[in-house]
Amino acid sequence: MSEVTLRVNGETHALDVDPATPLLYVLRNDLGFRGPRFGCGLGQCGTCTVLMDGRAIRSCMRPVSRAEGEITTLEGLSADGELDPVQQAWIDEQVPQCGYCQNGQILTAKALLDRNPDPSDEEIRQGMNGALCRCMTYYRIQSAVRRASEAMANGASGANGADAASGAGGAGREVDR
Amino acid sequence: MKRPAELSPRLEDALARWEGSTSRRDFLKTSGIFVLGFSGVGGIGVAGLGRDGSGGPGEANPYPDPDFLQLDSWLVVHEDGTATFYVGKTDGGQGTGTAMRQMMCDELDLAYDRATLVMGRTDMTVDQGGSGGSDAIERDALPARRVAAEARRVLLELASERFQVPVDDLTVSEGVISVASDPARTATYGELIGGRRFDVALTGRNVNETTGLASVKPMQELKIVGRSVPRYDIPAKVDGSLEWAVDVKLPGMVHARNVRPPFAGARLVSLDESSVRGIPGFIRVFREGNYVAVVCEREEQAIQAAESLAVEWEKPETAPFPPSEDLFDYMRGATPVGAGTGSSPRPREEGDPDAALADAATVVEAAYDIPFQGHTAIGPAHAVADPSDGQMTVYTNDMKPYSHRTGIAEFLGMPPEQVRVIWMEGPQLYGRTAADDAGFEAAYLARELGRPLRMQWMRHEETAWDTKGPAFAIDLRGGLDEAGNAVALDYRARIANYAHVGYNQADTVLIAQLMGIRPERPAPGGGRGPDEMYHIPNRRDETRAVRFPLAFETPLRTGNLRDPNGPQTAFAGESFIDEMAAAANADPVEFRLRLLRGTTEDDATFRRARSIAVVEAAAEAYGWDARPSPRAPGDGRTLTGRGISYAYRIQTTVATIAEVEVDRETGRVWVRRMVCAHDCGLVINPDGLENTIQGNLLHGISRTLFEEIRFDGEKVTSVDWRTHPTLTHRDAPEQIDIVIVNGDPNPDRPDLPHYGAGEPSHRTVPAAVANAIHDATGVRMRRIPLRPERVLEELAAAGI
Repeated sequence: MSEVTLRVNGETHALDVDPATPLLYVLRNDLGFRGPRFGCGLGQCGTCTVLMDGRAIRSCMRPVSRAEGEITTLEGLSADGELDPVQQAWIDEQVPQCGYCQNGQILTAKALLDRNPDPSDEEIRQGMNGALCRCMTYYRIQSAVRRASEAMANGASGANGADAASGAGGAGREVDR
Repeated sequence: MKRPAELSPRLEDALARWEGSTSRRDFLKTSGIFVLGFSGVGGIGVAGLGRDGSGGPGEANPYPDPDFLQLDSWLVVHEDGTATFYVGKTDGGQGTGTAMRQMMCDELDLAYDRATLVMGRTDMTVDQGGSGGSDAIERDALPARRVAAEARRVLLELASERFQVPVDDLTVSEGVISVASDPARTATYGELIGGRRFDVALTGRNVNETTGLASVKPMQELKIVGRSVPRYDIPAKVDGSLEWAVDVKLPGMVHARNVRPPFAGARLVSLDESSVRGIPGFIRVFREGNYVAVVCEREEQAIQAAESLAVEWEKPETAPFPPSEDLFDYMRGATPVGAGTGSSPRPREEGDPDAALADAATVVEAAYDIPFQGHTAIGPAHAVADPSDGQMTVYTNDMKPYSHRTGIAEFLGMPPEQVRVIWMEGPQLYGRTAADDAGFEAAYLARELGRPLRMQWMRHEETAWDTKGPAFAIDLRGGLDEAGNAVALDYRARIANYAHVGYNQADTVLIAQLMGIRPERPAPGGGRGPDEMYHIPNRRDETRAVRFPLAFETPLRTGNLRDPNGPQTAFAGESFIDEMAAAANADPVEFRLRLLRGTTEDDATFRRARSIAVVEAAAEAYGWDARPSPRAPGDGRTLTGRGISYAYRIQTTVATIAEVEVDRETGRVWVRRMVCAHDCGLVINPDGLENTIQGNLLHGISRTLFEEIRFDGEKVTSVDWRTHPTLTHRDAPEQIDIVIVNGDPNPDRPDLPHYGAGEPSHRTVPAAVANAIHDATGVRMRRIPLRPERVLEELAAAGI
């Protein structure tokens, strides 16, 4: 065991763990984050994705001692209760089915759009390709990436429809896809 | 540093409603069902208490079943006029919960956002069996609708008493009852019953028949049903706040990992615990028969210990199964299960298929092969078990929490009343979690150790050892008369499905098998041919099970995989119908319609008429150009074609058209466009239905193009996403058009039932894709999956 310092979602944590411990288990079990999840432990599926200095990395393969930059988890994407445009697009497109992989899908999309704010359909396919989904929600994910790209181009910084699930009236708000 | 365990937003919400209720204590004291409260032990803090409200940790039988014949078991109205519904189903991400809530709100006359829904907790929700067979909307929503309608009826009676007016003089809107003749006089549901029991007995011989005195509304009066209400579970899945079963943390909880036999049927000779004793946090190695697990304080320590444990295994004397290259020859050559014992199933026959084939002008023959396919869930199996106070609580994503509870109770030798299972969200379900091995393992180890314990499988373990959809070898013969009409169809299948596992059975889950426990009567593993409504006068349909030398402790354990047997049988059936159409020089759509219209006999649900409707709707939406297949392949690198496939599943009818591009240099197949015409009766949530169908179609493409569990003569060799490829972003179609056909061909029927949609479209995909490849190239692909190397081989063999 030794002292490891980690910066996650703007907070600094000092931890007494084996420095070889994969970042995933520290985030989940020591710091209580739920966004990154175990999928393969091999860096093949993307379920454990977090951002490190804005780049999507696989936390299952990264020793905590080598998590040197600013880590952002899914929880860290929304600020002051305001969702990131990518998250809002995921709600507007009603993307998830089981949702287990969507942490990796959303963060991969976030890193892609920060790098390339207006990707072509082909660039979306290529940029998202390493994030696997076994409910096969790829079709809606790709629509959501396009929607987020448009929202960001129109100056959206966050959400205005975060109450989508609660519904506005008797029948509830309807999906507008 | 540890955070206090937090409740899932949904449970928190349900609890907050109880905490805010002033009459809660009274409710607890008199409740005939269950109550909610914070337990003294455990971080999750949701404890089911006894029928008299006095139960709790340490009680002998603290977890009785909610009584489905009590209205209070299904529905509670709170003082603020909101309601909580309790249903015994689970949601695999297809929006089952949202749809149930829409239907119950509609029957109760309550705004959608004024209700919450609790699912799949054995101590809180009535036993509706959990999920399976896409039956939540088709079957289990009916009692849920009826009890909500009954609650509305009782509330109207209460208002009638309060206002001293007949019920006929009352109107209801969104939880407020008014006197029609004096609209100033109103009462909310909360004022009438908030926080108190209904104390209304229901009737019904079983949970499916549960009913009160009220009738459900005619479909014309449903206002929330039929609308695309956003799914309530999505925001918490998108912002990271949802507590999943993988997230459960309890004070003192430890971590376990399994150590699987490296060879199928291997016998454990010895293990050396000293090989892992030095690992920090090491607690214990468990061994019982060939079942081995390690337990450590931290998760990464348990992973390291499982990888490091020195175990000596002995291979079985007989090869457990053939290598996957020889699978289909083996299956065709094997003696079927039960052969010669008089117990083997008889083929279903109509007319005289052999005579009709002998007299046919043209006979078509073809053989189709479908390998074992896995669930290979994106997140490996997992569960947390808490053995505190001599009880057992299991937190799981098992889709059938009720059989999980009884199975675990039987496995541990505990009375079911001392076991409860709490369903939480997890990675898909699709049948994998109908026999959730990890929950049994976690409960066993937690009880042995006396501490809360979390089990999760590793990737190689999940891909190799999860339950498999069975392999099929299918031989078909068809006869055409001079005019190109189908006069005979002979379907003979072999299915590798012996000892198919049941739902959470204490003698078929993997830990039981590895411990040497065997079921008294293993499932013989039958099957039947494709589900279609074609009129062909002479038919035979025969499916025989075959088995391998190793029937237990095998990674080729078969279980239910989404739409069990549907994709396999429909791949053969609908490919072969296309082969017959080609032999008759007929357009594939026209040929199918001719077979569907071949009789005027109809069935109670108008399945034949609805079959015709979906085939026509798909062709119209696609812009189908009628001509025989194949088209003349062009000279370019990319060949394009389209194929159709039709099927029904229970009462739902589907027709799917796939348009493919085949790259003749790489062999890559891309399904560029899909059109799916779908009739599942009354639609509860159109957008949810569309999402569900899209998932079915893409999952179908994945199984068609990529998925195969491979093995050598001693072990499964598909162990990760490299050795077991799946559909990726670059393979997703560019365009998917879903046509919701749903209409009732009988205008006189008072109501339109709601049928299942979680699986039917899945089965149409493999043949639609294979038929499209044939249309594009003239090459008939008869063995799944259609990976590039196999497509190249077939193209080369055909000189394309």
